[in-house]
Amino acid sequence: MTTPILEMKNIIKEFPGVKALNNVSFQVAEGEIHCLVGENGAGKSTLMKVLSGVYPHGSYSGNILFGGKVQEFRSISDSEKAGIAIIYQELALVPEMTVYENIFLGHEIKSGFTINWNETVKRAREMLKKVRLDVNPEEKIKDLGVGKQQLVEIAKALSKDVKLLILDEPTSALNEDDCENLLNLLRDLKKHGVTCILISHKLKEVIRIADSVTVLRDGQTICTLSAQKGEVSEGALIKHMVGREIDNIYPRRSNKNFGEVTLEVKNLSAYDPSIGRNILKDVSFHVRKGEIVGFAGLMGSGRTELAHSIFGNPDGYHINGEMFVRGNRENFSHPQDAIRMGVAYVTEDRKGNGLILIQDVKQNITLANLREIARRGVVNNNDEVKVGNEYKGSLNIKTPSIEQRVANLSGGNQQKVSLGKWLFVKPEVLILDEPTRGIDVGAKYEIYTIMNRLVEQGMSIIMISSELPEILGMSDRVYIVSGGRITGEMPIEEATQEKIMQKATN
Amino acid sequence: MTFFKDLQKLLGQNIREYGMYIALFVIMAIFTVTTNGIFISSRNISNLINQTGYIAVLAVGMTLVIVIRHIDLSVGFLSGFLGALAAIAMADPKVISGGLHLPVWVVIPLVLALGILAGVITAFLVANLGIPAFVATLAGWLGYRGALQLVTAGTGTIIIADETFNALSNAFIPDIPNLDFLPGKHKLTLILGFIAIVLLVISQIRDRKTKQAYNFEILPADMFILKLVFMSALLAGITWIMAGYNGLSWTVVIVLTVVGIYDFITSQTVLGRHIYALGGNPEAAQLSGVSIKKITYIVFGSMGMLSALSGILYASRFKSATTTAGQLFELDAIAAAFIGGVSPAGGIGKVVGSLIGALVMGSLSSGMNLMGIDISIQYIVKAAVLAIAVIFDVATRNRGK
Repeated sequence: MTTPILEMKNIIKEFPGVKALNNVSFQVAEGEIHCLVGENGAGKSTLMKVLSGVYPHGSYSGNILFGGKVQEFRSISDSEKAGIAIIYQELALVPEMTVYENIFLGHEIKSGFTINWNETVKRAREMLKKVRLDVNPEEKIKDLGVGKQQLVEIAKALSKDVKLLILDEPTSALNEDDCENLLNLLRDLKKHGVTCILISHKLKEVIRIADSVTVLRDGQTICTLSAQKGEVSEGALIKHMVGREIDNIYPRRSNKNFGEVTLEVKNLSAYDPSIGRNILKDVSFHVRKGEIVGFAGLMGSGRTELAHSIFGNPDGYHINGEMFVRGNRENFSHPQDAIRMGVAYVTEDRKGNGLILIQDVKQNITLANLREIARRGVVNNNDEVKVGNEYKGSLNIKTPSIEQRVANLSGGNQQKVSLGKWLFVKPEVLILDEPTRGIDVGAKYEIYTIMNRLVEQGMSIIMISSELPEILGMSDRVYIVSGGRITGEMPIEEATQEKIMQKATN
Repeated sequence: MTFFKDLQKLLGQNIREYGMYIALFVIMAIFTVTTNGIFISSRNISNLINQTGYIAVLAVGMTLVIVIRHIDLSVGFLSGFLGALAAIAMADPKVISGGLHLPVWVVIPLVLALGILAGVITAFLVANLGIPAFVATLAGWLGYRGALQLVTAGTGTIIIADETFNALSNAFIPDIPNLDFLPGKHKLTLILGFIAIVLLVISQIRDRKTKQAYNFEILPADMFILKLVFMSALLAGITWIMAGYNGLSWTVVIVLTVVGIYDFITSQTVLGRHIYALGGNPEAAQLSGVSIKKITYIVFGSMGMLSALSGILYASRFKSATTTAGQLFELDAIAAAFIGGVSPAGGIGKVVGSLIGALVMGSLSSGMNLMGIDISIQYIVKAAVLAIAVIFDVATRNRGK
């Protein structure tokens, strides 16, 4: 093993009431790709925030050695100066600015007091070439796809002479091609001497790219595995992450009894006036009682737009077509109509439009069905606490109390709160949009188990997912969406990854 | 000593909530010392509340507007304009041209309805046409200013003769005659204060019992008793001071009623929850079945109604409608809301807090006037208090619950 570029020793970081990091030690060798894995709430993000100075020196105990020197970062700009760059899950680009403006935002190239734009554009071109991104630097960020935006972020980091690049879940929002592209780029950067820490939940990707892997669990370092010694395998990772072995990621469902059709959509088309084009064309599908129907497709294929169109059309699309709930023709003009008819929608983006982060667990759970715990418009606060505790128990939400703000929970637990909120509506049709995005294996398994329990009780589930193994593992029937159309439908017995990908890309 | 530990924990967890009460208490204590007790005299406190009333009701409405991530700059001149309309509607046509000589019991509901209408117009611009509230209400600020000058152009200041109307901000609730205990004290005020304390104690004990029945966490018994004693003592003290002058003024009754109703709506009802959900995350709220349009209409409608009430109180206070009535009220109301802990980012803030905020501002004016401090210094002191309040708010945002 070569010399470590980074050593974090005995890091302890406490928040009121919790020890987020309990004596974590972590070593990264120069020039390697080091993956950091662990369940949500294991402390990965906290550790990286300690490293990058988001939590300043003094707010934690322990030592950080970087490049052989003891470092005491007081802010992100301190760690950047030392050569550490961190790219978060949520991209930090300004959509209305151009690619080159974004790359040099915060460290503009100046001649005298003014910005030297010519030099900026030239240097931006070089950086884009380095990350092998073929776009015009004058384009605005908002006109690029997520995958390209990610590369712009990396170009921005490289422009700062980065020695250690940290990527937090970089591929969770990317499609297969973009993922592949990104992994290749990381290998390339490694050749040029950039050390890389990658936080990821996608174990397959970790296995393919990592030189070594450190597993965190409950704020402690469990082990560091080396790829060279052949220690990195999916089984080993899962075992260390959850502390037990999971034989099957997708729990089996015993009885499959499909009943009547609960939701049927016929020839649905939608036009989005804000972007001026048709986003859904002639979509027809149905879902039955006790059935999980998977909606596969690439990012941007129109699946979320489809869910929004069914669920009361909050975005103001112009919609044509028919929808039937339990055989009755319905026309939802607002999400509250959909909720009243027993349709629920767990959104894809739990922080953006799923939860109210500044409110507590119980308030989030009861929000969509306050009438259930209210009499003549007055909320019964005690009933609310009861409901909150019920769902905390039945969904195994890990929180010190239901009066905790949702912002303080980990991703998996936020997702459970989101699920709890919609289960409290007591729906017959549950639409789940990327139900396990960005959450760990253990929490995924729990959510799958809950889904199975729900359909066994007679609910219908529509599951939108970009992860093909999840589609294949959980659905009873699959629809494939591409370009706003349904391009295929197949029972699960006939579905394979290849067949789905072929229809999803045509 | 578990007692002090518990006390420390109680204060620590609720510092945000208790902070402004403590601040108000400290400010009042300082002025009491610097004015040799004149500040805390019954007469001065009574005046202070009557002068704060018309800002307090605006601050209550503004709280909700800011909670749903908007702002309303038009409320000051709207209140001035509606106050002038009230004066004209009651005026004798022989004295004021256009006067309608309407009875006060017709005029007040009419003006309140006009206020709601004005609020609905703002809501239409904001919710239906998507105009930012800052711009829409800036237009209102200009428009109502013009309207106020227009209706008072011919006459200038309009004197209000109606006794009932003028009583709203100047008179006190009647006393029970022929009771000869405690001479010089307003007996009905004392009785009402006593009833309020009894109701407070009963409701707190009942609340504690239901919580126990549900097996929820409750305060330790000694902390609970301490809290009850403190709150009762506070109420008793205020009652005693009020009873020493002319008793409860009608303004106090009106403001407390408004705050009571709004506090109940915001904290206990589905509507209140929907307002805070919308402020916390509009998209999530909409997808949870909250109608953004409906809430926007209700909040701006209520703001308009409270602007009208503010205009009525102000006109009543000065027994007249003037050409500049309402000027800068909007900024006083916004400042009161921020001092009271409303978050500019939306979703957080209580109406009771805004009332305290208005009282803080009112106390500063009253206390510094008594001390004879120049108006220029007064503004600078108020600026500092506003800044400190917001700094305190930001610093304690992530503490406690």
